[in-house]
Amino acid sequence: MTTFEKVRDITVEQLSVDADEVKMESTFIDDLGADSLDIVELIMAFEEEFNVEIPDEVAEKIRTVKDAVELLDK
Amino acid sequence: MQIEGKVAFVTGASRGIGRAIALTLAEAGADVAVNYAGNAAAAEEVAAEIRKMGRRALILQGDVSQTEAAASMLDAVVAEFGRCDILVNNAGITRDGLLMRMKEEDWDAVLNTNLKGVFNCTKAALKYMMKQRAGKIVNIASVVGIMGNAGQANYAAAKAGCIGFTKSVAKEVASRGITVNAVAPGLIATDMTSILPEKVIEEMAAGIPLKRAGQPVDVAKAVLFLVSDDAAYITGQTLNVDGGMVM
Repeated sequence: MTTFEKVRDITVEQLSVDADEVKMESTFIDDLGADSLDIVELIMAFEEEFNVEIPDEVAEKIRTVKDAVELLDK
Repeated sequence: MQIEGKVAFVTGASRGIGRAIALTLAEAGADVAVNYAGNAAAAEEVAAEIRKMGRRALILQGDVSQTEAAASMLDAVVAEFGRCDILVNNAGITRDGLLMRMKEEDWDAVLNTNLKGVFNCTKAALKYMMKQRAGKIVNIASVVGIMGNAGQANYAAAKAGCIGFTKSVAKEVASRGITVNAVAPGLIATDMTSILPEKVIEEMAAGIPLKRAGQPVDVAKAVLFLVSDDAAYITGQTLNVDGGMVM
């Protein structure tokens, strides 16, 4: 599974959106309807799935799916 | 039964109010994880009584003021029972003394167990409750946190903090179907108050409209209500169980 696919699946589960709604340019808040709690849960889910720690200052900068994929690819 | 099949985690449940809460929740149909810090034998007794009622019980030794311990305990509850529906933050200690004579360690100990412990356990439980999109949290505060009490600046500060914490977290997690409330006991007959001189207890009771100290089960029944579906529309509230002491 690619990083994008993993991010997409986590996003689908957390935000209850369809897989095809999740594109690289999609913004979590505006396009995909995430609220602040969703963002916290998403970050935690990414941390768990990819076994990394995402500090708050870094998490704040994640606006789009592409941001998340690029960060987690590192 | 009111909370049939629910899983509850009660901290400080080996004695006093915690014990009464654990037993009352079990009586109402819940499986209960019983946390204790030091009194293993007493905790075993509580677990045995829960099992006699035909419910499952799990004993968890741990100091809620330790972040790791709180997290491991919640992990253990979920590992054993598959979920955690109810958290009752009851563990609490006193280190009474007038402020001018209060040692730093007495301040820290009470704040760590009574307030940080609530933070630790709530954070650990929410990890699971948020995914469940359901949960009930009740924090055992105290009327002392509302009206203050000479000789208990540390205890009052922690309990007042508990109330502010309750409201804030209630607002944060309401969208996930989780309610967070507090119960503020008044003068309740437990080990914690039995050390008070009899004269002090008499004077206090005289100032209570219902003219008596309360029993642990009085507090437990209020907790049961708040964690049941009957209280589904109640969150961020502090319910005094104090015989009318503070209004």
